[in-house]
Amino acid sequence: MMPKSPRIWQLAERRYRLLGSKCTVCGKTSIGPRSVCPVCGSEKIETVQLPSTGKVYSYTVVHMLPAEKDGYGPYIMAIVELEDGTRLTAEIVDCEPEDVKIGMPVELAFRLIGQESEHGIIYYGYKFRPIISRT
Amino acid sequence: MRDVAVVGIGMTKFGERWDKQLRDLFVEAANEALKDASMGKDEVQALFVGNFSAGSFVGQEHVAPLLADYLSLKSKPAFRIENACASSGMAFNLACMAIASGIYDIVMVGGVEKMTDISVSEATSVYAKAMDAEWESFFGLTLPAAFALIARRHMVQYGTKPEQLAMVSVKNHRNATKNPLAQFQFEITVERVLTSPIVSDPLHVLDCSPITDGAAAIVLCSAELAKKYTDTPIYVLGFGAASDSIALHDRPDITTFSATVKASRQAYKMAGIEPKNINVAELHDSFTIAEIISYEDLGFCEKGKGGLMIEEGETEIGGRIPVNPSGGLKARGNPIGATGAAQIVEIVQQLRGEAGKRQVSDAEIGMTQNIGGSGSTCVVHIFGRQRR
Repeated sequence: MMPKSPRIWQLAERRYRLLGSKCTVCGKTSIGPRSVCPVCGSEKIETVQLPSTGKVYSYTVVHMLPAEKDGYGPYIMAIVELEDGTRLTAEIVDCEPEDVKIGMPVELAFRLIGQESEHGIIYYGYKFRPIISRT
Repeated sequence: MRDVAVVGIGMTKFGERWDKQLRDLFVEAANEALKDASMGKDEVQALFVGNFSAGSFVGQEHVAPLLADYLSLKSKPAFRIENACASSGMAFNLACMAIASGIYDIVMVGGVEKMTDISVSEATSVYAKAMDAEWESFFGLTLPAAFALIARRHMVQYGTKPEQLAMVSVKNHRNATKNPLAQFQFEITVERVLTSPIVSDPLHVLDCSPITDGAAAIVLCSAELAKKYTDTPIYVLGFGAASDSIALHDRPDITTFSATVKASRQAYKMAGIEPKNINVAELHDSFTIAEIISYEDLGFCEKGKGGLMIEEGETEIGGRIPVNPSGGLKARGNPIGATGAAQIVEIVQQLRGEAGKRQVSDAEIGMTQNIGGSGSTCVVHIFGRQRR
């Protein structure tokens, strides 16, 4: 498989710090770096810190695994809607498959995403986990 | 703008074709289409071929001139179009425009994919390249998982049931038993779907289209020339194509494919018809939920009533709008790059009255709808026995 290292580095800061793109004209935010707003076409985009909490918008438990996840699953994938309305795709961790629900509050968890090969570089990024009420 | 007609069609048997290479499959379908049109290769002026990922599946890129070479199209221009599962639907759309514009009089559209040379987990990774590699598949999303996210929301928002999803698969398997070229020629039951292994919940393996080898080809020409080649030309009455965000999470509502809504409205307008005028349709059932949502997006039923539409049998052969008489992607098979062309082959057979045991009676107007990725591309064509 092709080494992913250069691609990983291009997006590392975004993924490590959960930065997003915000259009200063129409207010649309999105997770990927963009130079043009996908909604209004404006080029006035600023990099913003996205909120680290949100809710599960939709979820699935992945049983048929892609080659990169061989031996890892089943695992939960979700679209998470952050507090400011930005949506992103992430794995839900620290949660049993039968416990995940639409609307479940979740928070950012910085985790290992994958490894290029047995001795290759390890890459990290965001996952989300249930917010446990600490009373 | 000139009218366009289909004068020749060809398709290989779909399935696990371990005996054949990518190029062999294409040449088989292409030769059949030329024979069907009683046409020599030298009359074809250009080739538009849909292929998703020969590079990943068989290590070959630059497939358009390769296929032209092996068909002996000599120096004719050959274009490869890649829009994931919508590759050959988009190739057909471009070919229509090439003829309508007057640039070419006769062109061939092909679609081909050879998928079974790699393992299922590797193929799952290749499918995932049809989504956003950096912001979806990097984090572990697979294509079935994306449709599972869609299905879950549709169930929550509209009360769609797993049994209704299963009914799509049951219908399409039943239809495929009447299609000698289909990959799966056996019937299944709702119970069998719901007890089959889970791919990505709520989708079971029998909710998902299979990994398939196959090719399909179509010869089309200007309407003026059509009668020279066949007594039963099938005319292109309308078409439309549209895009949506590459990532599912960037769409305001994931229970609708807005590209399907936009593409179909263009096609209806060009053809001067309404959804109720469609007699037969080949829709994109890559996953059972996709067929249900497509009923809604195409205006066959109200938003949210797609589950009811399958449950009431309205899309069976003999129903109000028969959908996927070929068996669809689910049971005819889904060789990604060939799927759009295979849909068109079926509709042409239906309108010619040559669909055998799966013939929809008195079919005058037919539709194909071909989706790429998680709905990022959609292309719709409307065909008729009579010219506009």
